Order: sequence, then C-alpha cells, then structure tokens
Amino acid sequence: MSAQFLYGGAGILLFALGLWSLLVHEALLRKLIAINIAGGGVFHVFIAIAYRGDTAPPDPVPHALVLTGIVVAVSATALVLALHRRLEQAEEPAADAEVLSESASASSAAPPPRTPAERTPGTPHPETPHG
Amino acid sequence: MADLLILPVLVPLLGGLLATALPVRSALVGTLAALATSLSGLSITLLVWLHGDLGTVLGGWGVPLGIGLSADGLSAALLAMASLVALAISIYAGSYFAGSAQARHFWPLWLLLWSALNGVFLAADLFNLYVMLELLGLSAAALGALTGKREAIAANLRYLLVGLLGSLTYLLGVALLYTAYGTLDIGLLGERLGPTPIAATALALMVSGLALKTALFPLHFWLPPAHANAPAPVSAALSALVVKASFYLILRLWTELFAPITDIGAATLLGLLGAGAVLWGSWRALRAQRLKLLAAYSTVAQIGYLFLFFPLLASLPPGTARDDLFAACVLMALTHGFAKAGFFLAAGLVQQKAGHDRISELGGVAQRMPATTFSIALAGSALVGLPPSGSFIGKWVLMRGAFETGQWWWLPVTVLGTLLAAAYVFRVLSRAFGLEPTPLQFVTNARTEIPALLLAFASVALLGLAAGPVWAVLGFGAAPA
Repeated sequence: MSAQFLYGGAGILLFALGLWSLLVHEALLRKLIAINIAGGGVFHVFIAIAYRGDTAPPDPVPHALVLTGIVVAVSATALVLALHRRLEQAEEPAADAEVLSESASASSAAPPPRTPAERTPGTPHPETPHG
Repeated sequence: MADLLILPVLVPLLGGLLATALPVRSALVGTLAALATSLSGLSITLLVWLHGDLGTVLGGWGVPLGIGLSADGLSAALLAMASLVALAISIYAGSYFAGSAQARHFWPLWLLLWSALNGVFLAADLFNLYVMLELLGLSAAALGALTGKREAIAANLRYLLVGLLGSLTYLLGVALLYTAYGTLDIGLLGERLGPTPIAATALALMVSGLALKTALFPLHFWLPPAHANAPAPVSAALSALVVKASFYLILRLWTELFAPITDIGAATLLGLLGAGAVLWGSWRALRAQRLKLLAAYSTVAQIGYLFLFFPLLASLPPGTARDDLFAACVLMALTHGFAKAGFFLAAGLVQQKAGHDRISELGGVAQRMPATTFSIALAGSALVGLPPSGSFIGKWVLMRGAFETGQWWWLPVTVLGTLLAAAYVFRVLSRAFGLEPTPLQFVTNARTEIPALLLAFASVALLGLAAGPVWAVLGFGAAPA
C-alpha cells in the first residue's frame, strides 16, 4: 500500500514539476519536455491505481488507459516538433533577409527564393529547401 | 437504431482516410463525406427528438472495457448545430481552397476534426472524452497552421501546447475519479459520486483544464492570435465549434456528474470569470484593428456570457425556471456557433478581396460586396443580441433569471457587454456606409457567399423565431413566451 502511495505521489509531483517547468521556461523544446514529464506523472498515477494488493492481479483498465495515453502523447510530441521545424523554416529566410538588406522589418511575407549566389558567404546551406 | 450513433464519428473518419489516399480528388471526396456526416448527425438529432435518449456499447464489450456512445438532448442539440455549421464551412472551403495546394492538407485534417468533435458530443465515458479532446486539439492546431505563415505557426504551436496542458489536467482529474469510484462511465459515476475531497479536487482539475481549452478569461490569451491567423474556414470552425466542444463538456460535467458538489460559491467563481470575459473580450474587440481579430475577441466575450448562467443555475431549484435557463444557455451557445461561423466566413471573403482585413480601410470593399456585408451585419446583430436572434432570447432569460434569483450584479455586466458588442459591430458596419463612390459592379460569388449568409440568417431567424425546438430536443416544456 505504501508503495502505491509512493508511486502515485511521485506521479503528482512529476505533474507539478512539469507544469511549473512549462510555465516558466521560454524555449519550446524545454516546454515540450516539460509537458511530456507532466504527462508521465499522470501515467504514474494511473499505474499506481492499478495495484490491487500482492495477491490480486492488477486492474487492467488503467493499463489500457496508459497505453492509449502514451500513443496520444507520442503523436502530440511529433506534431509539436513538426510545427517547430516549420516555424524555424519560416523564420530562417526572414532572418537572412534582415542581414542581407539590413531592413529591420520582419514582414510576414516570405522573400522570394534566393539563388545560391545571393547567400551570405560562410553560412551553411540548409539541407532542405525553404517551404 | 442506437447503433447509428457510431456514424457521425465513423463517416468523417473514413472520409478523411479516403481524402488522404486520393489527394487529387480530396475536394470531391471531402465534400461528399461532409454531406454524409452532416446527414448522419442530423438523423441522430431527429432520433433523439422523436424517441428520447440513445445509448450503445461498441463491439459487444461491456461498459468497463467497451467504448460507450450515448446521445441525449444536450448532445443532440450541439450535434445538430455542428452538422449544419460544418456543412456550410465545407461548402465554403471547397471554393476557398480551390486550386490551392492547401486543399489536400485541409480535407483530411478537417474531417478528422469533425470526427473528433462528434466524438466529444457522443462519448459516454471520461477517458474516451480525453482521447476525442486530444484528437480535436491536434487536428485543430494543425489546421490553424495551414497557411504556413510564421504568425500562424507560432500562434497554433502555443495553442497546441495549451491544449495539451488542458487535456493532461483533465486526465489527472479522471485518474482521481477512477481511484475513488472505480468507473469511468459518466452515468455510473454520477450515481456514485458524493461530496468528498477527492471529488472536489477532480472537479477543480477537470474544469480548469477544460476552461483553458474553452478560453475562459483569463485563460483566453492563446485564442485571439490562433483564431485570427488561421484560414477563414478554419477560423470559423475553431471559434464556432472547437471551443464549444470543451464548453459542452464543462456544462455536462458541472450540471450532471458533479451536481452533488457544485455549490453556489464555485459557480459564482465561474460567473465572475465569465463577467471578466464579457467585459475584457468586448473591449478588446472594440479596440481591434483587424476584422478577424475583432471576431476572435468577440468569441472570448461570447464564451463569457455562457458562464454567467452557472451561478443562476446553481441557485435555482429543479423546475421550469431552471430548465429555461439551461435551455437559454444552450441556445446562446448554438446561436454563437452559427453567427460566429457566418461572421468569420464573410470576413474571410472580405480579406480575400481586399488583400487585408484592416477595419479602417475596408470602406470600398464593403460597398462592393453587398451580400458579404449583409452577412456580417446579420451575424453581428446576433452577436449583439438584437431581436429576433437566438442570443436575444438567451440574454432575456439570463437577465430574468438574475432578477428572480436576486443576483442583480450580473445585469450591468450583460448590459455593458451588449453595448460594447453593438459598438464593435457598428464600427465595422459604418465602413459599408462610407463616402466612397458607389461601385459600378458588385462582387458576387455564390458558392462562398451563400454558406456565410445562410449561417448568419440561421443565427437570427432560425434560432430566434423558432427557438421552441431547442427546448423540445432538450426534453423541456414550451419555450418561454
């Protein structure tokens, strides 16, 4: 029983830590890790619930829920990462244009595709085309 | 007959898969699937109206493990609204995205969103609700970022993270309920739930998670940029439908599942947040420079009105007066769905035509697009709550309830919110009557203008002059005279 409380309490602690980290940190990757830790905390609570004593088998329902929850968490993480990548790609041309033309306006419209000759020497070429 | 409940979830899901498999034909597949989904949703509503509540368990598994679906009056009313609004959005989108590369990404995501939306309305247990909410949030964020512009991606990335946090908080509440009561079925839980600390904690967690997803003030910060930067059909869907899904859940949990522990104090807190939303959202809408941002802040305000009903519902005993208030709350949610979808669709046309949506420079465009401007005016009058719109009846019942329960402090909030709404709607409309010369020819495009116009018309006439069916579907007596 005390192991169950320890596990469940650790889950709630993890959720609180993840929540705190999500709110205070600016960087997107840290936010993403924070939300995954918070999610892990919730899953811990579910796993602790499943325990029904040393003699009885564990309750299968919370296990099924955690499995589904993990699938959802993985898809959500993938979508956040994909959007983050798109954001970086959308930001790159604007940031380069600022360096090239020295205009401070970071307009929403992406500048026309540049030829390799226009690139600032020394900057590494991006592996994927801008989209 | 109850097996039909799976169709509103299954049909758009299959349509979405088919649209993914046939990207060249995605618009055709999508439109047909939208039509079928809409019909299935409306037939469920009709069945509930004629025969009462429906319920089924999928695959022959029992309740603790199987996936239960159920439809009562509340789900049927929202399902009908979602079916009509989403169908109009689909027809509009077919023309809006015509010839654009975004179409092949739009249709699968949009049908997935619709499937999750219907799933939220029909799910009978708390965990399936979590899965449907997550699906809804994921597809909504992906749709919102469809334009690929920096602002849209940044805003929707934030929306996605906020949505994930909201769902996780909700899920933690679900875990606590399962610990204490050993079931996830809403009906069974409702019978077992008592006034215990664990139930109160679960209520606080679940409602705050859902309030974050509903954009209840002051948790609304993510909504205006996310809704204003999405493509017009997506903005309409996000504001009219997606926000309603989590509101529906709050209403259901608050009035059914947690009825033994939701006292007047907790409800007053929700009411105060709603009042803050009404005033702050309307004020920011009035100050907005862009038409779509105005519409997004107006959504924040309209969500606020829905929460003003909670303290009144809590202080009334079960009876006709309480039923009227409940139905008026649903009616306002439905009206806002129609009106805001119509408003966003019309605003999207203006933006397409003018190339921008800055309110101060809309003069000539508004004059050249009479049907679109008329849609904005009709939808706007429903947002203000002018008679005969559905929100007029909603606000009338709300104010009457405030009088009857002695909670007069909600009256100035409603009046001030209405005045501010009138100001921001007329601020847009005054551009249509500017001093620009009368154009020689008008811009018309039936396939996009008619859906917007019909939605706006429905919010005013259908729900205002014929509010009776809403009361009937919810299983109450006649509408108040």
